Amino acid sequence: MNEILQGLLQAGRLIVTLDSDLIEISLRSLRVTLSAVVIASAIGLPLGCWLAVRRFRWRRFVIATLNALMGLPPVVVGLIVYLFLSRSGPFGVFGLLFTPTAMIIAQVIILTPLIASIAHQAIRELWAEYHDLLISLNTTRFQRIATLLWDGRRALLTAALAGFGRGIGEVGAIMIVGGNIDNATRVLTTAIALETGKGNFALALALGFILIGLAVLVNLGVHSLSRTEVSDRW
Amino acid sequence: MMLRTLLVALLSLAATGALADQMKLAVTTSFHNSGLAEVLLPEIRKDLGLEVQLLVVGTGQAIRLGASGDVDAILVHSRKAEEDFIAAGNGTHRTEIMYNDFVLIGPAADPAGIASASSAADALGRIAAAQAPFVSRGDDSGTHKKEKSLWDAAGVGADARDVAWYKEVGAGMGAALNTASGLNTYILSDRASWLNFGNKGDLALLYAGDPVLFNQYAYLPVNPAKHPHVKSDLAARLETWLTSDRAKALIDGYKLNGETLFTFNAAP
Amino acid sequence: MVNPSILPLTVTDATVRRRGKVLVGPVSLSVSPSGLTIVMGPNGAGKSTLLRLLHGMERVARGTLAWQVPEAQARRRQAFVFQTPIMMRRSALDNVAYPLIVHGTPRKDARARAATWLDRVGLADSATKLATVLSGGERQKLALARALIRDPEILFLDEPCANLDGRATREFEEILTAAHAGGTRVVMATHDIGQARRLAGDVWFVYRGALHETAPADQFFAAPRTREAAAFINGDIVE
Repeated sequence: MNEILQGLLQAGRLIVTLDSDLIEISLRSLRVTLSAVVIASAIGLPLGCWLAVRRFRWRRFVIATLNALMGLPPVVVGLIVYLFLSRSGPFGVFGLLFTPTAMIIAQVIILTPLIASIAHQAIRELWAEYHDLLISLNTTRFQRIATLLWDGRRALLTAALAGFGRGIGEVGAIMIVGGNIDNATRVLTTAIALETGKGNFALALALGFILIGLAVLVNLGVHSLSRTEVSDRW
Repeated sequence: MMLRTLLVALLSLAATGALADQMKLAVTTSFHNSGLAEVLLPEIRKDLGLEVQLLVVGTGQAIRLGASGDVDAILVHSRKAEEDFIAAGNGTHRTEIMYNDFVLIGPAADPAGIASASSAADALGRIAAAQAPFVSRGDDSGTHKKEKSLWDAAGVGADARDVAWYKEVGAGMGAALNTASGLNTYILSDRASWLNFGNKGDLALLYAGDPVLFNQYAYLPVNPAKHPHVKSDLAARLETWLTSDRAKALIDGYKLNGETLFTFNAAP
Repeated sequence: MVNPSILPLTVTDATVRRRGKVLVGPVSLSVSPSGLTIVMGPNGAGKSTLLRLLHGMERVARGTLAWQVPEAQARRRQAFVFQTPIMMRRSALDNVAYPLIVHGTPRKDARARAATWLDRVGLADSATKLATVLSGGERQKLALARALIRDPEILFLDEPCANLDGRATREFEEILTAAHAGGTRVVMATHDIGQARRLAGDVWFVYRGALHETAPADQFFAAPRTREAAAFINGDIVE
């Protein structure tokens, strides 16, 4: 229990003194995960929507696969990305291993099925509601997807935020492909793992509290932004 | 179109930060836990204008990283694995830099009585005889390999190391120490990791000093003939620095809690 | 009109099946270029399916629909108002502007035209409100404005006033009558006999998936030719 209290105190101290390492690590965490969320959303949201609108033979199979991939262990993703990006692997020539880009790639793979699956659930309901109208208005498939994405944007925001939540707290994959290099690929979660390994539980906890705070801040920020939009427009 | 923009964005992300000379060095957890890196790296940066990026992994993975060309050099401590590494053509040569030592940690009450042992083998023999709980790294790291060779020397073969008291955790030094602390067991650790460890609990340093426990660190540049992209010129510059008098002074002078950790023994 | 008329529509032996069961048909009829047709019949007789069939929203199992122009062109000149209005999660104004925008009208022009339509249906004050918070009557008027904004040649309505109170129904009928007076061909299903009497030019009486009786309105209400139609007008239960 004492350790938790110390962790809280240390977290407060790190924040108040604007510890430069902490700021750098936190910003890198945000940069990696936000980039991954943006890319994974750009792929996952239209994919989930398309799966809701389009009927084809393998649809059920694809959706089941997507749901299964949601539970993909990050360590496995990390290992596979590692083997692909390694100098001895097929994409070795790009020299991406142990860079933030590699971490973003791994997180995109982890987050895309999650975001696509949640988006699919949300859009399926909206599509059931809009179906007759959009058919009657003679819309193209592309227009239907665009309309559903726009009108379902609040539910889709939730999907993206769920992705952010999973990404910001993820350690297994980015530890493997990023290497936890000081000043280059160290992020909050890998720093926590490192400090736990050193037995510095208080510092590890402090970083953990900051991580939680960061996640809450991003969520609040996004929600308040979307609410501003509501009061403006509606 | 969208794919291309994405690719360009990714590549530009990858390109950022390539300002100073950079090289990647895989080191072992025990070396990193000593804190010596935090002394050496800023000096290297000052003297050579070289930013050394450390990948802190177990010896097993460090060897793999070097073999697949994902780092420019490795700094490890497992002679057998190092010699295999050179023999396989993965590295050009092996340069000894310094050594530190392993220590036996255990419950302060010392139920197996290893504090009065005559040698490391004797100490381990006493632990096996008492069937006192022992945590092993179990991760194929340099420390793990060393531990296994010590057991063999003590006449306690793999079959005799019963799971009832011998627990392989398959984790790094810090995680293994955390486990040992939680279960209050014996464990083999390098001195640096132990001194830096913040969660000692009831554990204490019980046995050290047998020369067999000395732990030789060696520097192995990755072979550019096998991996043309490695920065062998930077690796060579680092090697020159690591074997210089400047490094000697820093390494020999490094103290943790008032104790000297490393002994420089590189041939100039 | 520069474009050639899409009407009359000639339907020959059209049948709609679902899961092996015949819902409507075989039906043969002709939809003339002008008029206001009321589709009547007991619940489950197939009124909705018939309207959806004409609008091209049901797959035709057998038979043909022949417009005066190719199907794709004909679709652009029709509109449909559903029994439960489908409100998009946007402002009332954007709901009405949507059909224009989706078919290529610049956003600004579309919004301006949508605003005049909102004014015409008495919803000008609600333009910026989210459509899903409107009352039932307001929603259905919004749906009607959205259907009329592309100036369709033919408008189908599927029991649009089934859930509306008297006042909302009267307002809805006024807009509809105005549109009809402006030249829009109307085909509307209802089981409100009063509404049918008020609006109908001619009547299709649908019974058990078939067109049981068709007649000009005055003739139909004064002297129905079939027993089922007579019973229905009387208010008896017709199974």
